[in-house]
Amino acid sequence: MPELDDIDRRLVVATQAGLPLVPRPYDVLAQQLDLDAADVQARLRRMLADGVIRRIGAVPNHYAIGYTANGMTVWDVADARIDALGAAVGALDCVTHCYRRPRRLPDWPYNLFAMVHSSNRAGVEEKISLIARLLGDACRSHDVLYSSRILKKTGLRIAG
Amino acid sequence: MPAKPPEAAVLDETDRRIVNALQGGFPLVDEPYREVAAGLGLNEAELLARLERMLAARVLTRFGPMFQVERMGGAFVLAAMRVPEADFERVAAQVNGLPEVAHNYRREHAFNMWFVLATETPERIAAAVEQIESTTGLPVFAFPKEREYFVEMKLHA
Repeated sequence: MPELDDIDRRLVVATQAGLPLVPRPYDVLAQQLDLDAADVQARLRRMLADGVIRRIGAVPNHYAIGYTANGMTVWDVADARIDALGAAVGALDCVTHCYRRPRRLPDWPYNLFAMVHSSNRAGVEEKISLIARLLGDACRSHDVLYSSRILKKTGLRIAG
Repeated sequence: MPAKPPEAAVLDETDRRIVNALQGGFPLVDEPYREVAAGLGLNEAELLARLERMLAARVLTRFGPMFQVERMGGAFVLAAMRVPEADFERVAAQVNGLPEVAHNYRREHAFNMWFVLATETPERIAAAVEQIESTTGLPVFAFPKEREYFVEMKLHA
């Protein structure tokens, strides 16, 4: 586990809502946190290298960019083949999150979860066929769970 | 789905190129926007204005570092419940009442409630699960991530 010191944590808190949209964003953060601008960049670079930061970039809102049908597709994939196939499913353009998770037998047989987005359900179904072909006989069964309502959505917040 | 699907925002080709270019690798240099803009054949002011507009229009939900809670000592676990329809609103209120519940979605399935628990330590996930089970009287199925297959979002220009 990478160690985060207090300054790192303050940097996380200062940037979790986003990076400043100004020509010199790291200077603005440095001023806010009373740090040196080079130190801000160095700490972000280290957190990226350690995986504390996955990436620095833009998060599109699926609905707003036209992907109004959002299906959580779930697959029962042979354990011996799931890692190779999971990587292939994750590489598809239409898949935005792809994870291996434990089965909960007998209630839940699925161990591969892939989020699929499209402008309508027919589009999602098409993509499900594509994934099914890719998984072939390594997949015993699958299902899709469409979201019908957001009940709660709060951003990630870590204590300052 | 809402009764009427929300209108998709109108993105022009430049917006799409910006979103694709900003999927990752944002430069850690003094003037990062200028560098990104130059790569796209834009000027810095136009890039900043378009980013501001896309954030204001909620085309982008965020722009900045994406943190991995697990690497900070915290935990982030997907969980699901089968909630009887008649109890759905009560259970949703009880589940949403927990600060550890970060997102909660209704889905069309026997497992009709899917939420994410975010805690500062992995040990607190089990405590949150127990608390939800005792408050709602329903079993919670936790689906911790065992492996992530990396993906990124690509818009077709």
